[in-house]
Amino acid sequence: MAIPKSATLNVNGKSLNYQADAGTPLLWVLREQLGLTGTKYGCGIAQCGSCTVHIDGAPIRSCVMPASAVNSRQKIITIEGLSKDGTHPIQQAWVALDVPQCGFCQSGMIMAAAALVKSKPNPTDQDIDDAMTNICRCGTYNRVRAGIHSAARQMAAASTKTNTAKPTLKKAANALDIIHNNAGAV
Amino acid sequence: MNATTPKLKSSGSRRQFLQGSTALAGSLVVGFYVPFLEAATSTALTKATKPSDASNPEINAWVVIQPNDQVIVRIARSEMGQGTLTGLAQLVAEELECDWANVTTEYPTPGQSFERKAPWGSFGTGGSQGIRGSQDYVRRGGAAARMMLIQAAAEGWQVPTTECTVSKGVITHAASNRTITFGKVAGAAAKLPAPKEVKDIKLKGVSDWTIAGKRLARLDTVDKTTGKQIYGMDLVLPGMLNAAVKACPVFGGKVKTVNDMGALKRPGVKKILFVGDNAIAVVADTWWRAKTALDTIKIEWDEGQHANASTAAFNEILKTALEAKDAVVGSKIGDAPLAIANAVKKIEAVYSYPHQNHACMETMNTTVKWTEDKCEAWVPTQNGQAAHAAVAEAAGLPLGKCEVYKQLLGGGFGRRGATDYVRQAVLIAKQMPGVPIKMIWSREEDMAQGRFHPITQCKMTAALNDKNEITGLHMRIAGQSILAGVRPEAIRDGKDPVVFQGLNEGGTETAIGYTFPNLLVDHAMRNPHVPPGFWRGVNLNQNAIYLECFLDEIAAATKQDPLALRRQLMTKHPKHLAVLDAVAKRVEWDKPLPAGIYRGIAQTMGFGSYVAACAEVSIDKEGALKIHRIVAATDCGHAVNPQQIEAQVEGSFVYGLAAALHQECTVKDGRIVETNFHQYPCLKLAEMPKVETIILTSGGFWGGVGEPTIAVAAPAVLNAIFAATGKRIRDLPLKNHSLKA
Repeated sequence: MAIPKSATLNVNGKSLNYQADAGTPLLWVLREQLGLTGTKYGCGIAQCGSCTVHIDGAPIRSCVMPASAVNSRQKIITIEGLSKDGTHPIQQAWVALDVPQCGFCQSGMIMAAAALVKSKPNPTDQDIDDAMTNICRCGTYNRVRAGIHSAARQMAAASTKTNTAKPTLKKAANALDIIHNNAGAV
Repeated sequence: MNATTPKLKSSGSRRQFLQGSTALAGSLVVGFYVPFLEAATSTALTKATKPSDASNPEINAWVVIQPNDQVIVRIARSEMGQGTLTGLAQLVAEELECDWANVTTEYPTPGQSFERKAPWGSFGTGGSQGIRGSQDYVRRGGAAARMMLIQAAAEGWQVPTTECTVSKGVITHAASNRTITFGKVAGAAAKLPAPKEVKDIKLKGVSDWTIAGKRLARLDTVDKTTGKQIYGMDLVLPGMLNAAVKACPVFGGKVKTVNDMGALKRPGVKKILFVGDNAIAVVADTWWRAKTALDTIKIEWDEGQHANASTAAFNEILKTALEAKDAVVGSKIGDAPLAIANAVKKIEAVYSYPHQNHACMETMNTTVKWTEDKCEAWVPTQNGQAAHAAVAEAAGLPLGKCEVYKQLLGGGFGRRGATDYVRQAVLIAKQMPGVPIKMIWSREEDMAQGRFHPITQCKMTAALNDKNEITGLHMRIAGQSILAGVRPEAIRDGKDPVVFQGLNEGGTETAIGYTFPNLLVDHAMRNPHVPPGFWRGVNLNQNAIYLECFLDEIAAATKQDPLALRRQLMTKHPKHLAVLDAVAKRVEWDKPLPAGIYRGIAQTMGFGSYVAACAEVSIDKEGALKIHRIVAATDCGHAVNPQQIEAQVEGSFVYGLAAALHQECTVKDGRIVETNFHQYPCLKLAEMPKVETIILTSGGFWGGVGEPTIAVAAPAVLNAIFAATGKRIRDLPLKNHSLKA
C-alpha cells in the first residue's frame, strides 16, 4: 500500500493539512479528515449531488473528485463556509420557505442553487431544471424552485441598494403564508 | 478466518421480545394500530421516577420549563422530514398556553421510556401515525402541565385557581393585578401532584386554537441549511472507529469462505469480522478505508436455495396465483363471481406492481459502543423501542443496561422501522468491546439489502348489465405479504389484513369509496424470498392503481366520463366524494383543456384520510411525458400545520411519481440487480409538476398525512396518459413502456 500523503487544501478560506491514501475522494477528506460533515454521502457515483461543494465557484460532486486532484490554490467552499451565520440569500430563502424536509440532501441542494444564482443571477425555470439535478427523496423540489427565484429577487434587490432584501424574502414567505415567530425567524 | 457463526447468547427475555414486537405492531402495522393510549394517559402524568433538577423542572413527561421560560416539549415520535416534531410541539403548546417563540423540543430515550414504564406511549413512527396516533395524549399532557403551573401560581398568591387566567406563558390574577411567568412557577409546579382525572380534562376546541392549526415554520429548519445538523452518519465519538459491511447479496445466503487478500495490512484497517453468519465487516480508522478494504476482500457465499431466483420466475408464480383456489377473502358483498357469470358484458385486466427500494438519502447506519455491562447505540430509527429491543437482543444484555439515542433521520419512508441494520452494528461493536464503532452501509449495500415494497399482481374483473352498470367486481390480488415477512405471528387464518388497504368494506382507516352490488376482493399469498417492508404508502399504493385505473377502463369501455362514473358509485361515501369533487371543481373538469393537455383523476382512502388528485399531462411526438400540474385534495379531519401538510402532499407526489415513472428492483440469480441511482432513478426537479393542495378539515376524526397521497399519484397520471394516448399502462414502472404514438 502506498503511504498516506500529506497535502493541503484551501477550504472555506483556511489552509488545512490532511493525510489521505491516494484516490481518497474529496468528500471523505472533508468529512473524515477535516471534520466538515455538512457535505453528505448519498451515492458515491455523482448521481445524487448530496456531496456538492464549490471549487473556485463551480459546483462539484466531491464524492468522485480525488482530493489529490485539487491543489492548495483552488478555493473549496463547503456548506459550512457558504456564509457566516447562514446569511447567504439561498440559505435565507430556504429558511423563509421552510424548504428542507429531512434535510439530508439540502447541503448539496443549497450549494448547487448558490452556484446557479451566482452564474445566472436571474435564472429561468428552464435554468433551474437544467442546473438542479440533485436528488431529494422527501420531495422538496417545488419549494427549492421557489426558493431559488426568491433568493434571486432578493439578490437583485440588494444589489440595487434599495435595502428591500428583507421585505422581498418576507413576501416569498407570505406567498406560502408561513408564520415565522420562532428561532428561525426571517 | 473460518466461517462459523458466532453463536448469539439467547439473552433476550420474553419481555424484551414483547416490548420490541409490540412497538413494531403499534407503529408500523396499518389497519389494526393499537397505540399505547392507556399507558400514556395513565402514566404520562405521574411524577418522574427521576427527580427533575432545579434548572430543568419537569412538569410532566411531556413538558419541562426552565427558569428563563424556555419550554422543552418532549417528542416521542421520530422526525424524518415529515414535520411531526413541529406538529406535536404545536399540539402540546396549544394546551399548555405557552409562548410559541419559547418552544424547543427534545427526544426522550427508549431507555428512559423503559425505566419509566412508557410514559410517552409508542415511539414508533409509521403508518402516518405521528400526529393522529398521539394527538389525544400529548394534548392532555400539555393541558395537565398548564393546570399544574396555574395551581402553583395560585398557591403562591393564595388565591383560587379559578381566578387565574393564562396566555402565552404568563399567568394572571386580574383581581390583584398580579402576573407571573411559567418559568417562575415551574419549580413549584414540578413538585405538585398531577391532575387526577386526565381523561376528563376538557381540551380546547379547534376554533380556539392559536398555535395548532397555524402555518407555523418548522422548528428544525435552520441547522439543515448551514451543515450544522448532525445525522447518524455524521456522528463522531471519542476514539470512534468506522465499519463497512457486506452481507450475502442472495437473501438467505451465508458466508462460505473469506480471503482477506491482505486487507488487514492496509493503512488504518483494524479488524475484519463476521457479522452473524451472512456478512463480513471491516473496521478501520475512517469509513473510506473500511469500505475500500472491504471491496478488496474475496468472499465466497453459500447462496442457499434461492441462488437462481428471479423476478421473471416470481411473475410466473403470481400469474398462476391469479387463478388459484387458495385465496383468502378480504372484502365480500353479495356474490361477485355469480354476477360475473351472469354478466351481459365482462371487462378484464391484469395489473402488476414491482419490488422497490425505499432509497433513503442517508444510507442505513448505526453507531454502537458495547461493554460487558452496557450497550449504547446511536440510531436513526423510526421505532425507538424496537431498536432498543434489537440492541438488547444482539448485545446479550437486559433492556435496562441498553440505551438508544435517536438521531435525526435522513429519510425513513418505512425502511427505518426495521432493525436489521441496528443488529448488525451491535454484532460488530460487540467484537471490539469499549470502542464506539460507526457502521455505515454503502449505497450499494443499501440497495442490495433493502426491505422491499411487496410485489403483487391483480386481476380485475367487472360484470356489467345492459345499461352498462357495474353489477359485480372481483379483484384477485396475487403476491407478497409484508406481514408474512416482518411479523408472521400477525397472520391469522392465512390472512394478512394489510394487503387489503383501501379496499376494506368500511371502517375509519382505509375503506373503499364505492358501492358495488357484488364485490369480492381476495388474496392468493405468494411470498418470494425477497424481504418485504413497509414502504411509504404500503399496499394502498398498488391497490389504488388497480382500482382507479380499472374504473377508468370501464369508463372508457362504456363511453362514460370517468368522474361521472365514479360519482354514481360514491353516493354512500360522502367524504371520499368530497375530496374528489373538490379536485374536480378546482380543475374545472367540465371545461375543455388547452390543446394537447389531458387529464386523469383518482381517489382513495388510507391512513385515516381521504385523498384525490387530478393530473394534467401532455405527451410529445417522441413519447416524452410532461406532467404540468397536479391538483390534490386531502381530508385529514384536522389540520395541525397546513403548510407542512402541503409539503407532505408535494413530497408524496415526488415519492409516488418516482415509483410510477422510474423505479423497480429486479431480481436475477437471487439478488437485486439495481445497485445505485444510475439504475434506480429518482424523480428530478425538472420532472416535478406544479402541485396545488386543497386541505379539507371536515372534523370528527384525525387522519394521517405522510402517506395517503402517494397512492393517487400513479393512477391520476396513468389515467391522464390513457386520455392522451389511448394506451393503458398496467405494469410499472413507466420507463418500460413507450408512449410514442
